[in-house]
Amino acid sequence: MNPLVTLLPPLLVIPFIIFFGERQKNIRELCIFIAGGILLVLNISLYQNFLDGQTIVSGSITLFDGLKLYLKAEPLGILFALLASFLWIVTTLYSIGYMRGHNEKNQTRFYVCFAIAIASVMAAAYAGNLLTLFVAYEAITLSTFPLVTHSGTEKAKRAGRIYLGVLMGGSIVLLMPAIIVIWWITGSVDFVSGGVFNESEVSPFWATLLLMLIVFGTGKAALMPFHNWLPNAMVAPTPVSALLHAVAVVKTGVFLIIKVIVYIFGFDFIASTGAADILLVFAAGTILLASLIAMTKDNLKERLAYSTISQLSYIVMAALIANTLAAQGAALHIVSHAFGKITLFFCAGAIMVALHKKAISELDGIGKQMPYTMTAFFIAAISIIGLPPLIGVWSKLVIAEGAIEGGQLWLVAVLIISSLLNIAYLLPIPIRAFFKAAPIEGDNYQACEMQEAPLACLVAIAITTLGCIVLFFQTHTISELLSLI
Amino acid sequence: MPYNIHFPALLIVLPLMAAPLCVIVRHSFFSWLIAVVVNICVVLFSVSLLLQVIDGDVIRYTLGGWAAPTGIEYYIDTLNAVLMVVISIISFFSLIYSKASIQAEIAPQRYYLFYTGWLLCLTGLLGIVITGDAFNVFVFLEISSLSMYMLIALGKERKQALLAAFRYLIMGSVGASFILLGIGFLYAATGTLNMSDLALHLVDADQSRTVIVGFSFITVGLLIKSAIFPVYSWLPNAYQYAPSAVTAFLAGTATKVSLYVFLRFFFHVFGSEYSFAEMLLGKILMPLAIVGFFAMSIVAIFQTDIRRLLAYSSIAQIGYMFAAVSMATEAGVAAGVIHIINHAFIKTALFIAVGCIAYRLGSSRIADMGNLIALMPWTASAFIIGGLSLIGVPLTAGFVSKWYLVTAAIDSGWWSIAIMVLLSSLMAIMYIGKIIEVFCFRKTTENMKGADVKEAPLFMLIPLWALIIISVYTGINGSIVVGTAELAASQLMGGML
Repeated sequence: MNPLVTLLPPLLVIPFIIFFGERQKNIRELCIFIAGGILLVLNISLYQNFLDGQTIVSGSITLFDGLKLYLKAEPLGILFALLASFLWIVTTLYSIGYMRGHNEKNQTRFYVCFAIAIASVMAAAYAGNLLTLFVAYEAITLSTFPLVTHSGTEKAKRAGRIYLGVLMGGSIVLLMPAIIVIWWITGSVDFVSGGVFNESEVSPFWATLLLMLIVFGTGKAALMPFHNWLPNAMVAPTPVSALLHAVAVVKTGVFLIIKVIVYIFGFDFIASTGAADILLVFAAGTILLASLIAMTKDNLKERLAYSTISQLSYIVMAALIANTLAAQGAALHIVSHAFGKITLFFCAGAIMVALHKKAISELDGIGKQMPYTMTAFFIAAISIIGLPPLIGVWSKLVIAEGAIEGGQLWLVAVLIISSLLNIAYLLPIPIRAFFKAAPIEGDNYQACEMQEAPLACLVAIAITTLGCIVLFFQTHTISELLSLI
Repeated sequence: MPYNIHFPALLIVLPLMAAPLCVIVRHSFFSWLIAVVVNICVVLFSVSLLLQVIDGDVIRYTLGGWAAPTGIEYYIDTLNAVLMVVISIISFFSLIYSKASIQAEIAPQRYYLFYTGWLLCLTGLLGIVITGDAFNVFVFLEISSLSMYMLIALGKERKQALLAAFRYLIMGSVGASFILLGIGFLYAATGTLNMSDLALHLVDADQSRTVIVGFSFITVGLLIKSAIFPVYSWLPNAYQYAPSAVTAFLAGTATKVSLYVFLRFFFHVFGSEYSFAEMLLGKILMPLAIVGFFAMSIVAIFQTDIRRLLAYSSIAQIGYMFAAVSMATEAGVAAGVIHIINHAFIKTALFIAVGCIAYRLGSSRIADMGNLIALMPWTASAFIIGGLSLIGVPLTAGFVSKWYLVTAAIDSGWWSIAIMVLLSSLMAIMYIGKIIEVFCFRKTTENMKGADVKEAPLFMLIPLWALIIISVYTGINGSIVVGTAELAASQLMGGML
């Protein structure tokens, strides 16, 4: 099967979204569900074709000089595409509850941009070479920009400026020259297992510099000091923060880094040149610093954003360790963090819709009002922290094993400290909600009544929470796929 | 005798003869029609010429059968053939667009003058490009410039337009006289005006002071004409106050043609060895180019008038082109030519988009353009695509340009330039981002509420989208432009005489 077909459902649904518009909301959203369902089915059948040993590659467009754009499925991409297309459906379900409950304006534009973003994510997931991935990366930035500035307020516009500046600026100033240099040195930007470099061509200094350009230029991976756009982007509607800024957009960033390390640099090349050494410090620093900053944030979405930054660096760090085990851990963490964080964001949005509360300090006692939401929040938080029986435990474990195998014991220490920090910034939220008494105000009696989010939101939360649990028992399917890298 | 043997002459003679015809007809519609029909012929001629030389051949057409160097010859290789195609296509689309746009800008009794001037200007620009005679270059330069001054002076805001035309006149005349003086010195040193012949003679005479003086005059003259930093001052006013169709035409062609003359003189006539190794032209131009694209991109960010913003962006882009050719390598020249072609289409499209906006809004202030994406979706989205191309987003023509510019710089060891080119892209993100933000996320301002803003007429949208499609197509299938440009560069550098 041609991987290009995965771009079609999200793109073809756009005319329908525009046609039905605000007048017939139900049909509009039904169309998106259908498209999402088809997309998921297509991805699953691609996955099965791949397991059957077929080469899944699309036709190519030659830009110039033999530079090509084409799609090709490989294990990491299939995993990412499956993840994104599944969560797209869940997020659409959630959006229906959220966007209507919150009376957001310009919902049609919102869904259109969302669909374009998903199509771009599919292109990124199946990108056959670095250039295609770069093109998809830019397309994601552009299509999500209107989602960040969605509300049109001054704050949103400022966030939009930072978003465009860091993501697009970084990619053009740092990432693009890196790609050009790779092209210039090796004459190829294809993803080849084992990498395209050989040691005689590039000195350790240049290898380090090149890797730094790529890792920092990929602003979506939010490695410090290029993380600032992510907390700012939290002005976007919550479904955007949930799917895009916890899963699709940021994961495209780390996905690019993993792909470059696995298929362009190659493990051996990194090990022999030591190109990743400095960057490992940056990644470890980001993990710890972002966790510490997260603790100081009172705005729930912002705290989650810093938590995302920290978690993304797990993946970057695992990729930089540069061995098979760690790379598998990185890919696994893409999945585990996606399910955990999207649930947390869904919960944050649900609280916003139901109770109009954004700050953590206002959440005292809301466990009585929103018991389901807060339970889900608790479970997802545990998954992020990395305790069984939730998916989060496996990815952390594999990354730690990879670090040990790579001889980087200090990284295991970083992982442990970071897990403690996770506990410190995530668990107080459900604890406050369940065990603290609600503040006494004039009409306090209301606080004891159930006041849950719309049903659509709750169902979506339930699905992703279940995902965290189910995947704990189903990790072997993912591992089997990843063992094909 | 093949049917196409006289195409080189027809290419010039046809528009030249059609210009007085417009004056005789004195009818606004028919003069437009004449101009369009002539332009279509010119497009066909130039495409046919390009197809003849695309394999690396050179056409040498002797006017009146007088053999060069006694007579004037037209010298057509890949470089100027491709530029003629670009010029004639841009002129064609701007002409189509002008039909509707000048109604808001020019008094009806002047329409025929407008098209007369246009045809003369087209003649001049094509003549500069096609001719193989140094003095002929000057003649055509004057034809195009004089008609251009007149076209600019027709602008809506009379006072500013006249002043802009006058400023251009002064600067342009200084530039043209310098070029004339330079050519005179070369003539004194060699006794010939034919470019290929000059190139042969200059090899013997290149130590003489006369040649050095001639070289310097031509350099300065061409720099003024192509509006490189710091002699760009005529450009922003001219672009801002000229009728919008003229701006579109001017932005795509005028400075590009001067850049072409630059390439022709310094790589073909003087030879890159002499210009860049002995006279160190690169050492002078490179800093100017770099300061140019940096400073002008920064200035562009702070503009409040959208046409002025684009004008400054144009000067910055000229900086890129000069940076590319100043490397004096084949890859550098190719990168320069690629950017000339790509930028010509992009900028013309952008100026047409801005013209459409101004046509409906009656204003070209950025602040008035709130919520344009809803009011004029086709125009605004065309502008956004063009803007992304300026930034150099992949799958647009601008990406191809930037890729080649950076590779050329790395190839010749100018790492610093590669970095600076990319850094300056940040500024392009800022000034384009600023406009996109207003288009999409700002509300319609109070003083625009009364105006009945709707989508531009179809006749304006067609040329706009045609150009946008061309620039996106050349972005996706970049090999067309790249292949031609590389051939042109290798011919130019290879001393193809």
